[in-house]
Amino acid sequence: MSDRARLMGWLILIAVLAIAPLFITSGRWIGFLEMTLFIAVLGQGWNILGGYGGQYSFGHAVFFGTGAYIQALLQFKFGWSPWITLWFAVSGAALVGAFVGYLSFRYGLKGSYFALITLAFAEAFHVLSRSFPSITEGGRGVQLALNQDPVQAISTFQFNFAGPFLKAYGFYYTIFAILLLTYWVTWWMERSRFGAQLVAIRENEDAAEALGINTFRVKMGAICLSAAVTASAGVYYVQKYLFIEPGIAYGPTKSVEALFAAIIGGVGTVLGPLLGSFFIHGVGEIAKEIIGPVFGDRPGVDLILFGLILIFVLAFVPRGLAGLLEALWKRKVGGRNA
Amino acid sequence: MTKHTTTNKTRRQFIKTAAAGTVIAAAGITGFPYIARAAAAVKVGIVHPVTGWAQYSGSQCRFGAMMALDEINAAGGIKSLGGAMLEAMLGDAQSKPEIGAAEVEKMNEAGVSSIVGAYASNICLATTQAAAKHGIPHVVDVGVNDKIVSRGLTNTFRFGPGFGIITKAGVEGFLAVNKAAGSPTKRVVIVHENTTGFGAGIAGLMTKGLNPAGIEVVEVLPHPTPNKDFRNIALKIKEINPDVVIPSHYYNEGVLFLRTLQRQKIQPKAIYSVLGGASSQYRFLAEFPDAAQYVMDCNHWFDPKNQAAAAARNKTQAADKHYSYEVFLAYTAMKFTADAIERAGSSDRAKIVEAMASSSWSDHFMPYGPTKIVDGQNVGARPLVTQILGKNIDVIEPPEYATAKAIFPRPA
Amino acid sequence: MELFGIHIPSYGWQTVLGSAISGVFLGSIYALVALGLTLIYGVLHIINFAHGALLMLAMYAVFYLWNSLGIDPYVAMLIVVPGGFLFGYVLQRSVISKASHGRDEIILLVTLGIAIVIENAALFFFSATERSVRVPYDLDGFDLGVTFVVYPELAALGGSLLITLALWLFMSRTDTGKAIRAVAKERQGARLVGINVDHIFAVSFGIGTACVAAAASLLVPTYAVHPQIGYLFVLIAFTVVVLGGMGSFVGALVGGFLIGITEQLGRLYMGESLGVITISVIFILVLLFRPTGLFGQRSG
Repeated sequence: MSDRARLMGWLILIAVLAIAPLFITSGRWIGFLEMTLFIAVLGQGWNILGGYGGQYSFGHAVFFGTGAYIQALLQFKFGWSPWITLWFAVSGAALVGAFVGYLSFRYGLKGSYFALITLAFAEAFHVLSRSFPSITEGGRGVQLALNQDPVQAISTFQFNFAGPFLKAYGFYYTIFAILLLTYWVTWWMERSRFGAQLVAIRENEDAAEALGINTFRVKMGAICLSAAVTASAGVYYVQKYLFIEPGIAYGPTKSVEALFAAIIGGVGTVLGPLLGSFFIHGVGEIAKEIIGPVFGDRPGVDLILFGLILIFVLAFVPRGLAGLLEALWKRKVGGRNA
Repeated sequence: MTKHTTTNKTRRQFIKTAAAGTVIAAAGITGFPYIARAAAAVKVGIVHPVTGWAQYSGSQCRFGAMMALDEINAAGGIKSLGGAMLEAMLGDAQSKPEIGAAEVEKMNEAGVSSIVGAYASNICLATTQAAAKHGIPHVVDVGVNDKIVSRGLTNTFRFGPGFGIITKAGVEGFLAVNKAAGSPTKRVVIVHENTTGFGAGIAGLMTKGLNPAGIEVVEVLPHPTPNKDFRNIALKIKEINPDVVIPSHYYNEGVLFLRTLQRQKIQPKAIYSVLGGASSQYRFLAEFPDAAQYVMDCNHWFDPKNQAAAAARNKTQAADKHYSYEVFLAYTAMKFTADAIERAGSSDRAKIVEAMASSSWSDHFMPYGPTKIVDGQNVGARPLVTQILGKNIDVIEPPEYATAKAIFPRPA
Repeated sequence: MELFGIHIPSYGWQTVLGSAISGVFLGSIYALVALGLTLIYGVLHIINFAHGALLMLAMYAVFYLWNSLGIDPYVAMLIVVPGGFLFGYVLQRSVISKASHGRDEIILLVTLGIAIVIENAALFFFSATERSVRVPYDLDGFDLGVTFVVYPELAALGGSLLITLALWLFMSRTDTGKAIRAVAKERQGARLVGINVDHIFAVSFGIGTACVAAAASLLVPTYAVHPQIGYLFVLIAFTVVVLGGMGSFVGALVGGFLIGITEQLGRLYMGESLGVITISVIFILVLLFRPTGLFGQRSG
């Protein structure tokens, strides 16, 4: 697919995502879109390291949680502005990325070993966050003060009690802006020399090393960037829900959601995580609304269906939805390019 | 029940033949039910974690809320709205706050007039916030975290007690039991969960309450939820040899802890729980009657002398479920909601909020007395102290609700 | 006692010894769960995320056999172990291998998907209510002075040793065992020698599942069953497998005990909450400095 066609496609998609919500008055569907974009950002963070770099992490929550906790604690303990704390949140997570990356790559961990060590780090942070309540509020979690004054909505970065437009769309455009930024960074990375080196490492690390690429440095860059992107999702979460606790921050849920979105959507592509997230949430809604009631709303049905579809997609659509789209496009324009 | 139906039919016929078109306001005074005209149903959202880590408790809550809703409908629905039925809209929070909030958004779209939920404090924080955005009255059924009602959200109500009240009652109850036995307690150990925050809060408040009474809290032993092993804690208790052990945690951990103490043959003068997960559970008593004997608990409980409570218990057991606090708290929360809708005479959210805030509802089976809402919290709410004696769970404190005398210290 | 300004509590030697002994018993449980996992990893090179869900299923099977037919959990092993083998064999042959096209990362995710399906199917069919089994000898045991040990715990310890021995004998003495070892060491070579690799994969997965079914029988007298019980043990089982060496049964046993004891003593001195970080720390240290574990093979 030519770059120009790709660019056109992206511009159309961005325009749709930017304008369509204005035609949606249903809070529930705006919420659905917010959730979907949120996971799309989370997934993109994972994708940078896993999809492009081939280093599959099973503990990406460690970056999400760190970003979320820094964002929450600096506001909670020192009353700083959320617009300032977010820089600390993102860079703090990048530092954690550097720490995890340094240890893992310095000692040459790859494949399943790398996956396992990220799992261990996520769990370690989970334990730490609940064991030092004087620092992190422990199991109680950090509850940020709710702002009910519309005038302060922007300065407190909270839109639940803002003016009509912000109340309905404030959070949507926040996560949309984060998506635009992080996806643009990924797009840029894909086309940069750094990105090419990263992909080379994914394909064959030894060969890349032999070609003179400083694989350690490139992987470190990837993990720091990945951490920063993932942390931005953490920042959004804290502002939207005003609450964070060890289980939400460092539990396995966010790690799993991140990697599922990226893999289902198509690893190593910019569009992948977004597609994957839409697919996952769409299926989830269908399962809840249509299948669930058939079984008398007994719990578990929607998740069974979800798991089955996941396995199906993994079995029959290995390059993810993005790969599928690419194949369809090729077939459509195949005649012309032949 | 039969009497109602017969009266309904008779009245309907009378009205038909008389061709009257006025609603009988007087029926409220005479106590006769309204004519069951087809009135628009009032939608009530019921959101709980029925999947995920809190799935058991969430399911129990949902069951209790639905049991109440069905009873209200069977008794003729909301009389002031012409016998309008309550229509439940069920939501699964999947044990995640953000999903709980998303469910509330859905409920808002569907036009619910009120919401009952969501068991876990962290989910309640999210659902009440989402409901506040749309001015939907939200009755919290369990969620004991005091932050839930102290954020200044006018739509949030809690009918049951928060942990501040629970712990205060826990201290008072313990001191009373201790005094009645000649104050043999000098040293205690507190065992609590620290993963969802309620345990740590209770431990701090218990210590503050017990110290002035000359009781030393020798050690506070936190543990995570879930916890798969209590051997260390049992060993420490063995070494410290306190007079009383005060646990505060969830059901699974409660069971494992008490069984571990039993296996290790550790028997302090008493186990006095505050929100002890298994300590006042019929299920635990049924499955491990010997480990359960003499265990005391300061926890949510119903008025043991109230017939309606016993009736609800029978119904629950007939449905092959355990009559746990989740059931009767959610049941009561739903009835509180229905009463408010009844008094508001409207399905309008703002009017229901007003009705809840000014509620003085007393037709319930909880030991709270007439309702009085201050900043969303029912200030009459309180826990009771129970003790497992033989095959029963008796109330031992306070005296006005007691059904048995406490056995303390426990016999060897 | 103060160390770097952190208060380290001191306990009587009885408590410390009691804790270490309880660590041995806890470790035997870890070993039981890890044995199946290490075999599956050693042969198929997949991190079986469905392991916890399979443990949970087996525990439910044991529970229902006890509840409906009154079968003692230990006797139930005779039923659930072969049942587990069959289930695992079919799962690998018809679902996992078909869905993963042999790619490692995808296999991981397929097992994760299976875990989600199994866990929620259990929730759907069995509901979230915790189920407990009460054996009549639940409280009988030995008084070791510092601590009591009840029969179910001894059974778990004995079970872990016996199963390890049985697996070791199977791997070294039987033809199938040798074939499995061949496939684990050199997949292509084994194929060339005429070994049906797909069948061996499925057999290995089946044995791994059978092991976890045996573990389930030994766990049920102590732990209540519910759809999420798998999570409690699985993460630690991964640590044990890595510490012991992927594919080594002796490693799983020794690793289990080491982690059990370290965890218990860690929890004793650092608190029940922080103490579990010893597991993550061990995990990280082993992965960094000795990824093949204590007894693992170098290649694979």
